[in-house]
Amino acid sequence: MKRAVFKNRALPYLLVLPQLAVTLVFFFWPAFESLRLSFFRTSPFGFEKLLASPEYYQSIVNSFVFAFGVTALGVGLGLLVAALATQKVRGLAAYRTAVLWPYGIAPPIAGIIFLFIFHPSYGVLPYWLGFVSAYEFNWLLKGWVAMALVIIATAWTHVGYNIAFFLAGLLAIPTSVLEAASVDGAGGIRRFRSIVLPLLSPITFYLVVVNLIFSFFGSFGVIHAVTQGGPGNATEIMVFKVYKDGFIGLNLGSSAAQSVLLMLVVIVLTAIQFRFVEKKVTYS
Amino acid sequence: MKRWASVIAVVAAALLLGGPAESLAKTEIHLWHAMGGQLGETVNELVKQFNQGQAEYEVKALNKGTYPEVLTGAIAAYRQKNPPHIVQVFDVGTQTMLLSGAIYPIFQLLKEQEIAVNWGDFIKPVTGYYSKDGNLFSMPFNSSSPILYYNKDAFKKAGLSPDKPPATWKEVGEASKKILAAGAAKCGFTTSWPSWTMLENTFPWHDQPFSTNQNGYTGLDTKLLINGEFGVKHIGQLAAWQKEGVYSYGGRMGQPDPKFINGDCAMLIQSSAVIGGFKRSLKFQWGTGQLPHWGAPYRKQNAVVGGATLWVMKGQKPADYKGVARFMKFIAEPHQQMWWHVTTGYLPITQTAIKNLEAGYHFKKNPEQATALGQLSARPTPNSLGHRLGNFVQIREAIESEMENIFAGKKTAKEGLDAAVAKGNEILKEFAAANKP
Repeated sequence: MKRAVFKNRALPYLLVLPQLAVTLVFFFWPAFESLRLSFFRTSPFGFEKLLASPEYYQSIVNSFVFAFGVTALGVGLGLLVAALATQKVRGLAAYRTAVLWPYGIAPPIAGIIFLFIFHPSYGVLPYWLGFVSAYEFNWLLKGWVAMALVIIATAWTHVGYNIAFFLAGLLAIPTSVLEAASVDGAGGIRRFRSIVLPLLSPITFYLVVVNLIFSFFGSFGVIHAVTQGGPGNATEIMVFKVYKDGFIGLNLGSSAAQSVLLMLVVIVLTAIQFRFVEKKVTYS
Repeated sequence: MKRWASVIAVVAAALLLGGPAESLAKTEIHLWHAMGGQLGETVNELVKQFNQGQAEYEVKALNKGTYPEVLTGAIAAYRQKNPPHIVQVFDVGTQTMLLSGAIYPIFQLLKEQEIAVNWGDFIKPVTGYYSKDGNLFSMPFNSSSPILYYNKDAFKKAGLSPDKPPATWKEVGEASKKILAAGAAKCGFTTSWPSWTMLENTFPWHDQPFSTNQNGYTGLDTKLLINGEFGVKHIGQLAAWQKEGVYSYGGRMGQPDPKFINGDCAMLIQSSAVIGGFKRSLKFQWGTGQLPHWGAPYRKQNAVVGGATLWVMKGQKPADYKGVARFMKFIAEPHQQMWWHVTTGYLPITQTAIKNLEAGYHFKKNPEQATALGQLSARPTPNSLGHRLGNFVQIREAIESEMENIFAGKKTAKEGLDAAVAKGNEILKEFAAANKP
């Protein structure tokens, strides 16, 4: 590890101060406020009532399905596209720019784009599908189709971010190592499995953690634009329920209690990953 | 340096002279609303007419997002002691506003400001929804009711009379089957705002109670009644038709509209407020009919209004309320009522405005605009005055998600409605507990 040395003792703290202030004001203070609020109105029964409601458990299950779906798809696809984007092909720079684009699209816009493609009433895909098959692509009533749709849409918005990190990781792998392996007779797949993957493990680990957190917290836009939690409660994930109960139902106490529980879930999940999964990661 | 000094002097002078002089001239009145697009422009035009018609007050209209967002925003602003003067709240937010303690009832405002408005001139089903003990609490602004839209071209193709929309549910089923058999459309009908059209309106339309306490008007310990014989019959029939392709569920809010617009479904049940949009966008001949009815033994009552009203918030400077009252009187005048109706398709709500429109042959020339009014002409019974449920938005959510379970075939009509009632009653109980008098 390299260490930066500052001559002035106070300077590093001063440099960190703006970021620290932002984190305190926009993250810690609201989190604390939520904790305080969660004991109001319906409370202290807010938590009790919440934990007795089957819809809440449904939303937890939905969140896990959603988060693992998005992460698996997003990270897997990201690795695949990044590996392809390191091949020596003409117009490589253009490809690389293009694959990063979806990340620049705001989630609600991505949701609207998916609506125009997949909506049973006015989507392009169900319209074409109607010509070739009798299958009715109706996620307005089929819960698992709706879930698959929001997973794909969310993974798509986030895949550019994953690609960027994998690309950087792939380009950082010294060619000499790969060439040595080739000389020893390792094929493309073998080289990828035995050399590239282990060397990418810190990045993969980081991306899995970030994608999971993002899916739990930041995936509101797509769900809001596409399914609004329906059909039934099939795509109602925890963060959407926080919004729905708080801002539509005006039950801020329960909403705050839910966001506190959501925060706990993510903290525990991240801790587990650092405790157990990280051991398998090689950093150098 | 010298140049800078003179610039600063000029700017300072401008600030001193210009700033206060302007704000002294007119008192600002803030209006928060949820009307986007074309409707938003119409609101701005209305406000402009008021502002140009007098010199003392300047109404500033601001679009604050969707209905729920406007409601939440106004409540938050009131808690921070900085509410707008006027806020537009949708029908289902009525109970929340009434019990909020944050409002200045409209009848009281106009009485205290000594501005006379002939409340008797307003049509009953509209004022009934928003009145308490016979007094109007908010100013009806945009009111509509659900009607049947039908595709005349598809009707002709199926050998049905294009001038006779089905009046009963039986006829809707028969017409749909003929349309499907003739290949005139892919589905018979679809419904927008499923809970609002198929339950909240269908119950009063048949003089059936939607919930206890006269639909919540007489007490807070209200319970839903939608899982009775009538509800199960109606929703059960829709579910059976969903399987046959007669009915096609198309999602919540206005999401099903495209199914009708692109010709997939031959009929649509949706708010009368989309007439304006349909006039511009529909590429086929179309007409309207009243909400279908089940016939005997059920009586034909009236539909209830949907839409929104303008609420006056407490907590502003006393002097401002004179202007608020004058603006309210302004929008209730026949001229504005008629203009608003013709431009947007929302209902005119005073007898005078309706008479004037009739005198100008407006309804003869635009028969589709008379359909919704016809549904509101009966004198309301306790079952058809309206709905006054706390946290109604959440209840609607619960009902619609169970409707989806029913139409997907996951639950029977009885099971689904039972679940909706259980969830809805839980929400009502919570609201009653939080708003104990």
